[in-house]
This record gives sequence, C-alpha cells and structure tokens, in this order.
Amino acid sequence: MPVSGRRGRRPKLAVWKFASCDGCQLTLLHCEDQLLSVAAAIDFAYFPEATRTVIKGPYDLSLVEGSITTPHDAERIHQVRRASKYLVTIGACATAGGIQALRNFKKVRDFTQIVYAAPQYIETLSKSTPISDHILVDFELRGCPIDKGQLIEVISAFLNNRKPAVTPHSVCIECKRRGNVCVMVARGTPCLGPVTHAGCGAICPVYDRGCYGCFGPKETPNTQSLADTWQQMDRSKTDLVRAFRSFNAYADPFRKESEAHER
Amino acid sequence: MSGRSGKAKSRTIKVDYLARVEGEGSLYLKIKDDAVVDCRLEIFEPPRFFEALLRGRHFTEAPDITARICGICAIAYQMGAVHAMESICGVTVGGQLRELRRLIYCGEWIESHMLHIAMLHLPDFLGYPDAIAMAAEHGELVETALRLKKVGNDIVRLLGGREVHPVNVRVGGFYRTPQRAELATLEHDLNWARDAAIELTRTVAGLDFPRYERNYEYVCLSHPDEYPLNEGRLVSSSGLDIDISEYDKHFVEEQVAYSTALRSVRKGHGAYLCGPLARYNLNFDRLPDTARQLARELQVEPPLHNPFKSIVVRALEVVFACEEALRIIAGYEVPASPAIDCRPRPGSGSGCTEAPRGICYHRYSIDHEGSILDAKIVAPTSQNQRSVEQDLRDFAATHLHLSQDLLTWQCEQTVRNYDPCISCAAHFLTLHIDCE
Repeated sequence: MPVSGRRGRRPKLAVWKFASCDGCQLTLLHCEDQLLSVAAAIDFAYFPEATRTVIKGPYDLSLVEGSITTPHDAERIHQVRRASKYLVTIGACATAGGIQALRNFKKVRDFTQIVYAAPQYIETLSKSTPISDHILVDFELRGCPIDKGQLIEVISAFLNNRKPAVTPHSVCIECKRRGNVCVMVARGTPCLGPVTHAGCGAICPVYDRGCYGCFGPKETPNTQSLADTWQQMDRSKTDLVRAFRSFNAYADPFRKESEAHER
Repeated sequence: MSGRSGKAKSRTIKVDYLARVEGEGSLYLKIKDDAVVDCRLEIFEPPRFFEALLRGRHFTEAPDITARICGICAIAYQMGAVHAMESICGVTVGGQLRELRRLIYCGEWIESHMLHIAMLHLPDFLGYPDAIAMAAEHGELVETALRLKKVGNDIVRLLGGREVHPVNVRVGGFYRTPQRAELATLEHDLNWARDAAIELTRTVAGLDFPRYERNYEYVCLSHPDEYPLNEGRLVSSSGLDIDISEYDKHFVEEQVAYSTALRSVRKGHGAYLCGPLARYNLNFDRLPDTARQLARELQVEPPLHNPFKSIVVRALEVVFACEEALRIIAGYEVPASPAIDCRPRPGSGSGCTEAPRGICYHRYSIDHEGSILDAKIVAPTSQNQRSVEQDLRDFAATHLHLSQDLLTWQCEQTVRNYDPCISCAAHFLTLHIDCE
C-alpha cells in the first residue's frame, strides 16, 4: 500500500544495495529526462551511489537492489525494513537471487574444492536468496536490469498513492503488440518469451534473438510445455537447464523446470 | 576523531560508506605525528563468484553472463568475453562488425564518463554533496551533462537494445546489425554532443585542482593507428610491451584481509595505474586533431600526472568518442552477415579491452563442445586498488594542514579520481562457504 510523506514535507527516498551489479539503481540515474523532475518531487535521503548526503530515516519509499548472500546482509535487511514505510525490491537479484544464485544448485563440496588462498577472510552464505525470503516486501519490480519506464511508474504510483500499473503477463504479449514476427515459429529460434514476465518491451526478438528470460517467470507460466517445444526443436536437456538457470534461476517455476532436466 | 586541523598528534580519517562510487567500500587512514601509519581502501561488497559460476556454461553465454558483473560497463565485459572466445575459435572479427563494436563501446564511454564527470566527480570540485544539489546553481551545466550522457546511452540502446545489459552482442559479432538509416538518426545529436563536450572540457579544465602528482606506472592498450578501445598490445610507461596472451606472466593478483576484491600488481614492479590517465599519456598522438588541439589550448597536454585532472581527460575522451562515433557512422555499410560463425574447439584464449575506468582482462578455457572449463576475469578497479591506497597515503601526508572535514572530503575525492567500480572488483573471489 503506497504511503505518502508526512504533511508539509517531501517524501524521502532511500536506495539500498545488497549483492548486485548496481545496474538497477543506475537505471534511476539513466532517467536523464526525468531525473531532475523526480528530484524535485522527492528527497534522495539515502542514495550513496549518487550523493554524500545522508538524511536519517524513516524513509517513505525504499528501493532495494541485490540479493542476500552474507550473514551481515541477512541482518541488515531487517534494519532496512524497519526504517521503511514502503519497500520495493528492484531487479532479478532482489526478486529472485540473481545470477549469483547459480551457487544454490552446486553441492557445497563443489565450491570448497576450489581452494582459495585465504578463504577465512571471506564470509558468505551457501545460498543467494531474494529479499522476500527475509522480510515482507510491498512490491517486486522484475528484470535484469529493470526497465526505466516501469521504475518511473513505480515511483510515481507511490507518489500518487496508487498501485503501480505493472502487468504480470508474458513477453509474448509485448512481442505481439510490437508487431514482431515470432522468432520461434517463423525461424525456429528457441525463445523463453511464452513463460517470461513482460517489462523489457520484447527487445530480443526485435534484435533477431530469442528471449533469454531476464525478467523471470510470468504469472502461472507453463514451463513444461515450452520445454517440450524446445526438445522438439532438437534442444538438449543441457540446453534447457542452462536456459532456465540464468538470472532468475532460483525463481520457483524456473528452478523446478531446470531441475526436471538435470541429468 | 578530532575536528581540529594540524595540531593533533594522532588523527583518524574514516569514511564508513564511500558515496558516489559504484559498490560498497570504506576508507580508513591513521595518522600519527605527521605520518600516515595505516591506510586502507576496504571493500566489503559481497563477492558474487563469477569465475566459479561460469564453469560449465556454454561459451556463447559468456557475454550475457559477464555483462551482469557490472551495470555501468557491461559492454566492457561483453567485449572482453567475445574477444577471448573468438581467439579460442580462431576467428577474427574485422570490417564493419569491428567498427560497430567500436561504436557501441564509444556509447558506453560517453555514458560512463558523463556519469562520472557530472554526477560523481564534479560535485567534489564545486563543493556539493551531489549533482542534484549542484543543479540548483549550475542548472545548465547539469542539464547539458545529462543530455550528453543520454547521447551515449542512445548509441548503446540503438546497437544493443537497452542501456544496461544490452542484448545484441554475441560471440562472432551481433544478432542483428543496423541499417544505415538507423545509425544516421544518431548523427544530429552526436554533432551537438561533440561541441558540447568541447565546451565541457573547457569548463572542467578551469576547475581548481588540488596540488598532487605521482610518478605512476601507466598500463593500457596501445594500437598503432587508433586510440585504444577493443584491441592492441598491452604497454606501460616503464617499457612493458606484450601481447595480451602474456598478461598472466606479468601480472598477479593478491589478497588482503580487509577486502573482498583481489588486487593486481605487475610482477617485480608493484602498483600500476590503468584508465584515462594511462591511455592519455601513452596514446595522445592517436587522439583526433580536435581533442589534441583542445588539450594544447587548455595546456593539459601529456605528461599529466595529477590524478584529480583525470576529469579533464575523461572530458577529452568524450570528445574523442563523439568524433569516433561520427566517423564510424559516416563510413558504415551494412555487413553481409551480422556475425561470423564461431565453432568451439578445445583451448584457452584471452581478451583485454579498455573499459572506461581501465583495462579489463578475461581468460577462458573451453572444451570441444564449447563448455567453459575455467574463467579468469580481472576488473580495472582490482588493478587500480593499490594505486588508490598509495595516492591516499601520499595525498594525506602532504595535506595534513587541512581541516578534518576538508581532508576527509579530499581523501574521498582521491578515491573518486579513479571512478572505481567496486561492484566489479569484488566479484572474482572463489568461494568459502559458511553454512547456514
């Protein structure tokens, strides 16, 4: 539920980083045309990538980037929740554990065998997990990276006390609306579009390649049917495991489908 | 902690979370009797273990996966990966496909440099906490900078599909190459951008720079005919001149307790500096006339050893990138095929390109089916980390007369001179598991 700032003052925005590439918070700075207007409507109260200024919480809106991978971060996310009235996770790391969640599929032994010069310096958990495994999240914005337009929509929805208009349908719908020729039907290019959450604008088919799942599973995806189609197109089980196991590998529907094809 | 200047016998400079850099790091300096006794750039960014994650993936997936190391310089990672894989397959990508790669890289240089110049670095010089606050009094400057940054992003989006983690780069070339008319849509804005970048260079060259110089060993790519982006030999100001396949013979990574990033040193030489200052000092004669004349006019010709002046070099490199992009677009012919076929064969290969913040090195081994057996990636910030600490040590030692607040701020600025990307640097450790 969106919450506005207290009477008479501008809402305070905080941007938090956990294990990530910075690309999703950078998306905010990439809104070159809107940045100064956003900054006119809201205070960047905590946003270390952009400012030295730190304004104390609580914050009206927190954007959280990255996944939980260390014991320290597993604690810190609770502090962030306590300091935030409304908390939105942004990007595949925060919503699904990110590419670093590929470690979740390895046996501990596989990793410990790779001996590091001084592993005692490094503290890390065996799994990379989404923020929602740890705290209550008010809204999840998907994508690796998130889409600029959807980010602006989420921020303005919050500013205007309404629910963000972000639909959970598939990339296929976006692709049809864009008038693309289907790369899978017409050219036999394997595509994850039928099971992937919309938001990117179906860019891969526009660039003559199949969708590779940056936005993770759509609502109620039929991954098994898509996997059957891929196999009819001579794609191996290894190909299927790799396809479902990328930036959103640990999102349930993709995780289950990849496990179903593992040798 | 003391708020006083000069007189205290012992002082500590501490910044718990460095702002306006990419990723999570902190700064710690201990000063005793006018000497710096301890200096640490601490990196606590959680490592993401890319080198381990890449094992078992198909070689064609490397550009998409390694892009996720960094949201700011994804192209640098994609380019390092595709060059390394092509060298394993025995393929050379030339002609217009090579030109298009230079073009998308120009886009990344423009957007990344403009992000750093205007939003991360310039506020230090003008005394603001950030670009938004700076915009209140320097509105036109910030608006121009944002528009310049957008022109860079427009190139990346047109060629790559989107600004962050572009989808169109592949081993062998691209998935789809643009028509001439599509590229021509960039020309108008690029012409504006080149002129705006020239004016911006004049503006930043007129800033007040802290007095500080150091005798660095500069390391960068060098190409006989071009200002370096994708290709060249690896050279240094101390006479290194090697093929990139020899990188591992000359550079080694070390680990310290207070950092989740590995740090590179040149064997037998120690710390070195890569990035804009290195490229500029060692490749000045390969910049276009406009940039060289501008450098002469502003009296910033090489040798340039003040790292605070890297902001001027970045602006000059934006001028270069705009001109280079215009040159490529003017001569563009649609290539016969968007990509050259790359069949896997067992072997190892390297790629090294100039990310906006310095050289980014990749080495992979793959098997006959194209599965990745081994990966090593060295980010620019890992390579500069030792230099950053030496700068901090030297800068603080010669500026102890400054107040605590000012010295702290200028030490932060000393780190920001490097445009460090801590998120990149921390992603290359192998994993030790602390079981939940």
